[in-house]
Amino acid sequence: MVPLDWYLMLGGVVFCIGMVGFMIRRNIIMMFLAVELMLNGVNISLVAFSHYLQDLRGQVFVFFIIAVAASEAAIGLAIVILISRNKNTIFIDEINELRG
Amino acid sequence: MVFPDLNPIMPELIMTALGLLLLVLELFVKEKSNHVLVALVGIAFIYFFLGYSTGVTFNGMFIADSYSRFFKYIFLICLTLSMLISIRYLEIEKSLYGEYYILLVFATLGMMIMASSGDLILLYLGLELMALSTYILAGFLRNNEKSTEAAIKYFLMGSFSSALLLYGITMLYGLTGTTDIKAISIYLSSNDTTQNYSILLAMVLFIVAFGFKIAAVPFHMWAPDVYEGAPTSVTAFMSVGPKAAGFAVLGRVFLTSFETVHLEWTLILSVLAILTMAAGNIIAISQTNIKRMLAYSSISHAGYALLGMVTGNAAGVSGMLNYLFIYAIMNLGAFAIIVMLHSEGFSGEDISDYKGLSKSHPVVSLIMLIFMFSLTGIPPTAGFIGKFYLFSALIDAGYVPLAIIALLFSVISAFFYLRIVMYMYMNDSDKEVSLSISPALGLVILATAIMVLYIGVFPQHFLIYAKTAILSI
Repeated sequence: MVPLDWYLMLGGVVFCIGMVGFMIRRNIIMMFLAVELMLNGVNISLVAFSHYLQDLRGQVFVFFIIAVAASEAAIGLAIVILISRNKNTIFIDEINELRG
Repeated sequence: MVFPDLNPIMPELIMTALGLLLLVLELFVKEKSNHVLVALVGIAFIYFFLGYSTGVTFNGMFIADSYSRFFKYIFLICLTLSMLISIRYLEIEKSLYGEYYILLVFATLGMMIMASSGDLILLYLGLELMALSTYILAGFLRNNEKSTEAAIKYFLMGSFSSALLLYGITMLYGLTGTTDIKAISIYLSSNDTTQNYSILLAMVLFIVAFGFKIAAVPFHMWAPDVYEGAPTSVTAFMSVGPKAAGFAVLGRVFLTSFETVHLEWTLILSVLAILTMAAGNIIAISQTNIKRMLAYSSISHAGYALLGMVTGNAAGVSGMLNYLFIYAIMNLGAFAIIVMLHSEGFSGEDISDYKGLSKSHPVVSLIMLIFMFSLTGIPPTAGFIGKFYLFSALIDAGYVPLAIIALLFSVISAFFYLRIVMYMYMNDSDKEVSLSISPALGLVILATAIMVLYIGVFPQHFLIYAKTAILSI
């Protein structure tokens, strides 16, 4: 059987890749996908814990997270479409009208 | 299976029903002012039911106690006032879509769930309901570049911070085997976890995630941009509601679940509070856009409110509750006046637009003066009472240097608040400013001004609420 640590390491690594990706990527869609990666890192850890603790809460939580991530994707992509319509770009560096 | 007791969750159920009803109305009723009317009647019902709903339901997931009720009153007042502010603003901007009110209702529902959640799963769901609704609201002026820019920035930072929160929740779940806030605190106090770093990691992740939500420095960089770009009525709502909701959760989670690592989070929060007050007050001085200035001011007010959390005792936390309530009222009033100055083709957002306002519009200037005095913390306004009880709780708890720093920063804040007063009363206007006055806006401004003065003069009637609210934690 695969020990718990391995799953946690996998989850942590996926989470960290997402976090670093969010910070260094400049394309809004890539930043958004990086956040999704972070959420999936969380999901892996939650399911692993849930199995290890023999407790269903973690798995129920994962379902909620997936559902929320789906609605977040809908709203996020809608905003990205607005941005590309209004400004003709999806690079966060070029969206800099507000500053001061 | 026993059917859960619905009495504690009644206000939220009515709120959900109201949101759904508004969705249906949106299809059939074209006259938008009717929607506001229906929403306001619904909110009046919720005010009524809020007084009667107490207890714990859904196996401890949902807690309706005096603490959550206090916050729910803040949320409902914020919702009512920002709905009244919005009517005129949306007419001017020609963005009168029914979704606006529906989203406001659902965002408030999310906040109410956050304040009442006894379980981290419910807390996350309430947070996301609030956040997703406010992302859309921030970008509500679809063809306005600033508004969409505000929405994308808010969305990216918000989703990033909730991912961090989720990892913190996962850590806590793995460590304690439960997501129930009370059960976590019982587990942590009965087991020795001082050598375990995952609890510290979870705590830090919680602080970072809610630091983003309440716009504490160094997690504040989104706030000025979002507050400036979003529609003014939405800015008014966002600068009060989600911030108070963030504090509601901070109070509940940190005072119950993280009680065992009290020393660590007190240290982190006091550093955050000092940074927040410093950056908020100092950067606000150089602003020329009043919405952006109020954004920095709202950052600095979050810093003051964090001081209440730092003490960690009943007096400090009830001072924090008072402060949040007073801040909600004075801030919404100030934003109502900003909306009043806004008319077709004239943004009215530049600070110089206030020059000589007292000569053409003496009453509005006088009320703006009251709000600016209150935000600074000058007696006899409510802002003074809020700061007074907060700082005295801080001194009683032995944090004298922190109280002195906070006082110094509130002296600095006088510079940019009173500059507006100076512009209104001592400068001559260089352009004609016409106010867009509507009955709803007038009502909001009068009601908030009266409340600010009333709390400032008779604080004892009001302070008792926060004192009883804190007993349930």
